[in-house]
Amino acid sequence: MGTEEAVVIGAGPAGLFAAYELLLAGADVTLIDRAAQAGGQLVKQTHKFFGSKEHYASIRGIDIRHRLEHALEKNGDGRLRTLYSTTVAGFYADGALACVKAERYYRLHPEVVVVATGASERTVAFAGNDLPGVYAAGAVQTLMNEQGIRPGNRALMVGSGNIGLIVAYQLMQAGIQVERVVEAADEIGGYQVHASKLRRLGVPIETKTTIKRAFGTNQVEGAEIWRLDAKGEGIAGSEERLTVDTVCLAVGLSPLVELLSQLSVDTRFIPEFGGVAPVLDETYMTSRPGVFACGDVANVEEASTAMVEGRLAGIHAAGYLNRQIPRRKEKIQALETSLRTLRSGPASEHVRKGLRKVGEHA
Amino acid sequence: MLKETGVAEPRMIRSVFPDSRVLVKPKAIIECYEAIPCDPCETACPTGAIEVGADINARPVLDVDACTGCRRCVTACPGLAIFVVSIQEDKAVFTVPYEMLPLPEEGALVNVADRCGQPIGTGEVRKVRKHADRTASITFATDKGLLYEAVTVVVDDG
Repeated sequence: MGTEEAVVIGAGPAGLFAAYELLLAGADVTLIDRAAQAGGQLVKQTHKFFGSKEHYASIRGIDIRHRLEHALEKNGDGRLRTLYSTTVAGFYADGALACVKAERYYRLHPEVVVVATGASERTVAFAGNDLPGVYAAGAVQTLMNEQGIRPGNRALMVGSGNIGLIVAYQLMQAGIQVERVVEAADEIGGYQVHASKLRRLGVPIETKTTIKRAFGTNQVEGAEIWRLDAKGEGIAGSEERLTVDTVCLAVGLSPLVELLSQLSVDTRFIPEFGGVAPVLDETYMTSRPGVFACGDVANVEEASTAMVEGRLAGIHAAGYLNRQIPRRKEKIQALETSLRTLRSGPASEHVRKGLRKVGEHA
Repeated sequence: MLKETGVAEPRMIRSVFPDSRVLVKPKAIIECYEAIPCDPCETACPTGAIEVGADINARPVLDVDACTGCRRCVTACPGLAIFVVSIQEDKAVFTVPYEMLPLPEEGALVNVADRCGQPIGTGEVRKVRKHADRTASITFATDKGLLYEAVTVVVDDG
């Protein structure tokens, strides 16, 4: 017997839903997050979600977070313990978790763990990328949407995936002029509708183009972009100087697998997911019995799929604890169908490819 | 190309418009050109005029006759890809989603912009509606000749 029945690490969309299902099944749940509040990335997602009604479509991330917290409270029944502002620093071979909150150290020994640590933002190499004013897109979102701070006045966005397009739009909403969105690939990476609403605001998007360097004395005073040839090499003479004080990087995410790596669970490098991802069985369990993973740490994707995965991982973790769930089979089938639907379109091709690669090693 | 520019080509724009004679009454124009997993337009439509179907990756299909131009889909669409338009005498009257501040004043003369954000004419703001979900909708009237080009207004924030 452990000291805790179930621990969920990460209170983002996946972790919140895993905790929700575990609570519904009657388990005692400890929910841990290093942030001071629940929500993960939802707390800065001011845009409306896609998907269907069951995925909170048409509702903003910031509002979904409140709904989820409310649902947890309602179903918690005194069985939910939250440890926020808490970092899980170690995951030991005997299954113990080392947690640090303020100056205090906690040792937990749970029976099951759901790892929903999410992903971290990647960066890209260019001269001047260490200048103040060069940010990851998520950092800019935190400044603007969480803390109410303008990162600058004129911005260059590098990357046109959904995060790049959405954050560029939010920069414009915050009154920061986005001079350009540049995309190294041949095509815009994110949804057409996101690109179109940005274009409507007069923001140009250029494909086959990337940043060459940022310059400035004590901070970013400008950036040079250039066109890329078919091999992805910069074309000399195509450089263009932009007067910007902010360079925003939205060049992809990598799963935050460090905790799982400490346990030496089976992992595999999946380029489609931006890094090393854990190998999971069909119950979202890693190669270590009783340790589950879901959301971006398992496969970098949308919040809508992370929420469904969280529910599935929570249900399976409850099953591992021998908790009875009414209509369990139907529930799992419905959620799996929902996931398949979300992933069946052309925009999810890379996700399907990544999942196949993980599956080959399960 | 749409995937390179983010701007629909005239041929694609025409394909989502009904015959302009139908537009004596307001109708939804759905500029959702890509198969993405999403269906709140269908959920929001009170008359069943918008159909996405069981596979939410399918593009929405509008039954123009069933559409009453009620505007609910305009603010429900998370991609801000739907507007409502009608032709009234020599004016095209648009209701578009708007998420920028400041909001224009009702009665104000504003610049009307195309899909690249370029000003292409002027328009009169007829109605500004705030919604609980924080996406406003703006109704403006502009020259009928801008039916296929106009998509938004430019509000001077000076």
